[in-house]
Amino acid sequence: MSHHIVEARDLHYVYADGTPGIKGISFRITHGESVAIVGENGAGKSTLLLHLNGYLLPTKGTLRIGDYPLTKKNLKAVRRTVGMVFQDPDDQLFMPTVYDDVAFGPTNLGMPLEELDTVVMQALETMGVSHLRDRPPYKLSGGEKRSVAIASVLSMSPDILVMDEPTSGLDPRARRRLIEQLNNFEHTKIIASHDLDMAVDVCQRAIVIHQGNVTADGPTLELLQDEVLLERSGLEKPLQMQGCPICGQGKAKADKTRYKADKSNSDSSTLTRADKDLLLR
Amino acid sequence: MHMADALISPTVGGAMWVASAGLIAYSSKKVKDDSDDARIPLMGVVGAFVFAAQMINFTIPGTGSSGHLGGGMILAILLGPYAGLLTMASVLAVQALFFADGGLMALGCNIFNLGFFPCFIAYPLIFKNIVGSTLNKRRLFTAATISAIVALQLGAFSVVLQTLFSGISELPFDTFVLLMQPIHLAIGIVEGLATSAVVLFVWKARPGIIRSVKTSAPVGNISLRQVVIGFLAAAVVIGGILSWFASSNPDGLEWAMFKTAGTDDLSNPPEGLPAALANVQEKTALLPGYGFKPNKAEHAAEAPSSEPLVNTGKTASGLIGGAITLLLAGLLGFALKRRKTSIEPD
Amino acid sequence: MAKLDQHFFDIGYMDTLSAQQTPIHRLDPRAKLITSLVFITTVISFGKYEISALLPYFAYPVFLGAMGNIPPVYLLKKLLLVSPFAVMIGIFNPLMDRDILINLGGMSISGGWISFLSILIRFGLTVGAALTLIAVTGFNAVCMALDKLGTPRVFVVQLMFLYRYVFVLVDEAARMVRARSLRTFEGGGSGIKTYGPLVGHLLLRTMDRAQRIYLAMCCRGFDGEIRIVKPSKFGIMEIGFTVGWSALFIFMRVYNVPSLMGGSILELIK
Repeated sequence: MSHHIVEARDLHYVYADGTPGIKGISFRITHGESVAIVGENGAGKSTLLLHLNGYLLPTKGTLRIGDYPLTKKNLKAVRRTVGMVFQDPDDQLFMPTVYDDVAFGPTNLGMPLEELDTVVMQALETMGVSHLRDRPPYKLSGGEKRSVAIASVLSMSPDILVMDEPTSGLDPRARRRLIEQLNNFEHTKIIASHDLDMAVDVCQRAIVIHQGNVTADGPTLELLQDEVLLERSGLEKPLQMQGCPICGQGKAKADKTRYKADKSNSDSSTLTRADKDLLLR
Repeated sequence: MHMADALISPTVGGAMWVASAGLIAYSSKKVKDDSDDARIPLMGVVGAFVFAAQMINFTIPGTGSSGHLGGGMILAILLGPYAGLLTMASVLAVQALFFADGGLMALGCNIFNLGFFPCFIAYPLIFKNIVGSTLNKRRLFTAATISAIVALQLGAFSVVLQTLFSGISELPFDTFVLLMQPIHLAIGIVEGLATSAVVLFVWKARPGIIRSVKTSAPVGNISLRQVVIGFLAAAVVIGGILSWFASSNPDGLEWAMFKTAGTDDLSNPPEGLPAALANVQEKTALLPGYGFKPNKAEHAAEAPSSEPLVNTGKTASGLIGGAITLLLAGLLGFALKRRKTSIEPD
Repeated sequence: MAKLDQHFFDIGYMDTLSAQQTPIHRLDPRAKLITSLVFITTVISFGKYEISALLPYFAYPVFLGAMGNIPPVYLLKKLLLVSPFAVMIGIFNPLMDRDILINLGGMSISGGWISFLSILIRFGLTVGAALTLIAVTGFNAVCMALDKLGTPRVFVVQLMFLYRYVFVLVDEAARMVRARSLRTFEGGGSGIKTYGPLVGHLLLRTMDRAQRIYLAMCCRGFDGEIRIVKPSKFGIMEIGFTVGWSALFIFMRVYNVPSLMGGSILELIK
């Protein structure tokens, strides 16, 4: 089946000011997979994500999304296949009420009125927010906004769901609820996140990005135990794998030297100029 | 300064609404035809920015008071005349609805005073001409400051005319002008400084933001004149119709006044300040007899037998009122336009 | 300009009020909008010395407020908050217009005071009408009504976007002002030198946000045309409401109801 496959081949992207952002990324994600994209700030995660819905076009290499290679002409078709959820839900909820926001996508796709209501209510129910249908967005809590933003993308029935930091800013319960909901989705999921614990809970596969390159691509649990890899890529083990703080079982002995080691990586953990240019922070 | 419903007569309010509605329709069409879709969320969010920015004050040294951004000028600079006007109109509309800054009837006046002058007069005729094709710090500063000052002066004068032609406030023309213009000169300078400060900062950080004066479509001689004439015509027609309609019922209370007060009070000359001002006004009034405030002695004496006279007077006032406002705007615009040739070489 | 941050919670409250379900709320917004416009026009068309004829007009905002379950104290407070405007404008009248117009039981009242009072009443009526309109209709519904009545779509969309993001931006601005005030002392920091960068940063962030919103819109199929899908009915109730109230407003404009009533009572007594 060629649909729902996301395939990148030697993807390159250079920013407007000449700095290279992505220096040759290749991967192949098949239908139904749940992939976490992890890496430190400035590694190129957001840049990569912006390619997945055609906002950015690669300067070299190809990207194939579903049946369509990513070109200027195919943008509309690509955006129908890929549903993208941004970091700041306020950017995504711009209609007067929750209902209007969730209806925005299908309406633009030409959905007839009779079907519209069903589709909208279904999306709202999936995210557990159908009671908020007539609320204006500024009256929602952070978690509610996040859920509505996801619903507004679900209503378009995308095949592939791409999310940028979905758990950021959520309180523990909202976060747990989101993780459960994500696990119920059958879409192909590509999630960029710093929340490595969520990555463990939701994504079977992880792609580690470091300075514009893929440094690892494999089963999440395996990768996130590889301390050398994590160290090199500016990451840490997920908290649930860092040992018990009370009895000390499983805690790594190298804790105290951790920060000294980080100093040598300091230039890779500051915001690059390119990041600031990216308009997506 | 915002106009208020309480001071507007339906004639003036209606005429100004026609003008503003026309401006909004025209600008909407222009924005729609401009294929830049990204303009739509931009206008909304920048409008919200203006709202929010008005909350931020800066202290003015030496006066102990603070100033803030009005918005008309910076909207024109960032978005161009058409999108700028629409955004300003939307900000004023929300202010009128929620904060009673003026009122719904006066909204037409406010959109005209605070939107038309910055976006369609000051921006194309002053800002663009001072900046020319060289974008540098000095030019931006001068252009922004002078444009803001002029736009506010025009707006303030417009308020004076609108108030006077409405005939509801008692303030005589001269006092009002002497009050409004200097105050708005100060406000204009503050607005200019605030606008320049923000524009310069933004321009330094991202030069591309200041719409390239060179490449944006110039507001050509012909189109501006057509626009002004169009509004003139519309306002004149509506003003004439409305004032005729409004003047068919003589004021109830003025009848009562005539009946109860007799001639005693009317022969008492007004004393003190009002007298002095009335004298000055009599001498300088443009339309004596029709008056910006009805001259009571004349009016009462004429009332019973001269209704037709009253009607034509009010109609003429209405027509002339609407016409003069727009005419002045246009004339000032053309006057400034002719001066541009002396600013250009640098 | 009035203090915006207090008023912002007020706007939120207006939205809550407008979400109630009373018969008035259920009326098509076009009916309420048109009626309010007729109201404001007739009120403004009165001559400057009218007082008694204006008073019955209070019936409309009172009706809307009562039927629409709007707390009267809230409306009065908002009216009071903006009343300094009216006072500032009208206060010159008593100073300028000294001619005595009425002798009331020994007290001579000049025309100036009468017109001043008229201004205040007019102000109360028009502002009251606008506030109650929003409180029983909601800003977005008023925008929809405008759209259906022929306002250019671009402008209606602009109003809605502005309203939507005003809260977000005011929030950001409030945070910046707070941050500035925490680091500002007698020595300065609140002058124009910090103003430029402060507001400038807000503007830059705003424009970035606009880009992101535009991207979000494109991702959901936006092609330049905003489609508003809101079925609404202008039926018998709406026609009755609009025509009925408008007729009343015009009747009250032509005939001074209080003096008619007063006159007939005097006649009865005789």
